[in-house]
Amino acid sequence: MKRTQVLTIVLLALFVVVAACKKEAEAPKVEEGPAPAATTAAIDPATAATVTGKVVFKGTPPRRNRIRMDAEPNCVAIHKQPIYGEEVVVNDNNTLRYVFIYVKEGLGDRSFPSPAQPAVLDQKGCMYIPHVAGVMVNQELHVLNSDPTTHNIHPVPVNNREKNVSMPPGAEKLVFTFPREEVLIPVKCNVHPWMKSYIGVLRHPFFAVTGADGSFTIKGLPPGEYVIEAWHEKYGATEQKLTLATKETKTIEFTFTGAGGD
Amino acid sequence: MTNQSTYRPGLHRYALAVGVCTWLLLLAGALVTSNDAGLAVPDWPLSYGKLMPPMVGGILYEHGHRLIAASVGLLTILLALWLWQTEPRRWLRRLGLLALGLVILQGLLGGITVLFFLPSAISVAHACLAQLFFSTVVSIALATSPTWHRPVLPLESAISPRLRRLAVLTAAAVFAQLVLGALLRHKVLGVEAHVFGALVVVAAILRVAATIRRHAAAHTALQATAIWLRRFLVLQLILGVAAYWVRLLTRDASQPEPVTVLITVLHVTFGALLLAASVVLTWQVYRACGRTHAFPAPTPLPQRAA
Repeated sequence: MKRTQVLTIVLLALFVVVAACKKEAEAPKVEEGPAPAATTAAIDPATAATVTGKVVFKGTPPRRNRIRMDAEPNCVAIHKQPIYGEEVVVNDNNTLRYVFIYVKEGLGDRSFPSPAQPAVLDQKGCMYIPHVAGVMVNQELHVLNSDPTTHNIHPVPVNNREKNVSMPPGAEKLVFTFPREEVLIPVKCNVHPWMKSYIGVLRHPFFAVTGADGSFTIKGLPPGEYVIEAWHEKYGATEQKLTLATKETKTIEFTFTGAGGD
Repeated sequence: MTNQSTYRPGLHRYALAVGVCTWLLLLAGALVTSNDAGLAVPDWPLSYGKLMPPMVGGILYEHGHRLIAASVGLLTILLALWLWQTEPRRWLRRLGLLALGLVILQGLLGGITVLFFLPSAISVAHACLAQLFFSTVVSIALATSPTWHRPVLPLESAISPRLRRLAVLTAAAVFAQLVLGALLRHKVLGVEAHVFGALVVVAAILRVAATIRRHAAAHTALQATAIWLRRFLVLQLILGVAAYWVRLLTRDASQPEPVTVLITVLHVTFGALLLAASVVLTWQVYRACGRTHAFPAPTPLPQRAA
């Protein structure tokens, strides 16, 4: 075989190997095992502070995608009006819905018990409700199927165990728990590919999701310095540092910029 | 059993039918990936605990793919048995067994991808093995064809070694490009490697086609295959650019868009045809070289009465 041909094959193989290694290096590592037990330091309610605010959207709101449900007649029958995707929902007051706000740093090694009250993720109208939610580690997430059709609930985590479970109509609720922090776990239904949800899993209860007015409130924080992060599925994450005094209510604003907003 | 074979139209047509069904299976598999329906049925080998679940949404693609796969599996068993019982050429009997082994392995890989949530390595292996299986069935169809049973004009000894090398390298380049495509589709690699691979495939095909045109002008079968190879290449380049462009346009879609699905599926399935053409070319070149015992002079076809 000629030298040039051998060289070509070797270069091609090297290119593939280098590209694969780069992709491997970019892949997030899965943390093994739950977080180690931390000290419990009760928060004095008399000193607890609050962070409140809103998430503003600058730029031209992208056109929302109309969802085609014709692959599933049961879903079509449910909706008399068009249904639109929830990837980017800009409220009437130019704020952004479905932004996950949480305390990223500042709680030290405090631990917080998982609440007994479960969170709920429903499959209704062939959409996940809510689109974005938060739970604490080991807090139960109850998954319901309120639709007259089969769904499969498929969380795709990086730090937690992946699952893919079918839910026929009228099925008993499924109970999931996530033992490791993860911001955020995508959840999808492979039967209905437009169905998407995101679940944030944290070791503390200080998180919120913006609603129809784009606002959020996180209460009960001890005084101190914090990093607050706002996460959006399309526009990524942005954070702010702030200092909270005893019983202070601080108002902050996050801004995400879309096309034409520079 | 002697090593001399006779043309049997029934066997050849059956092998062709298995090839067509296998190509449709490839198409069905591509639909599964493009519609993100690989895990629409969470269990295996049953589907939602049944042989026939409600065929809605992603279940239609995933279970449809399983039904076609089971059919192709049965067809392949029959083909392998038919060859084993009646084919005098040992290498072809073994090729039938290879096809059977590949389709069984494909079935197992398909099950593993579902049960282990589509691990990239298994998904890519499943995609690549599908192409190898298709090429094996195409090879069987070729070896049972009337063309294969006609005397072949030998290639000039001066050009034979070079043409053999070019044919093998072309088929290898096309297969490597399909592997890169599978790595891209399953998000292991970016598009850069696949684009680089396309350049290599273009160079290889143009080189082998030019060599055949210059040195094997009298070999009508080689010429015809080289023409089809170039046609599939052009089609693949157009489909590849279109697939990249349409994926860019629809990257913010809430669900797989029909145009994206159509173009990516066509790109995958015509890639299989490109590989098949390069494999056919390789077989034909080796046969025309006449240097290996695996391709003895065939028994001529019976002459028709005037």
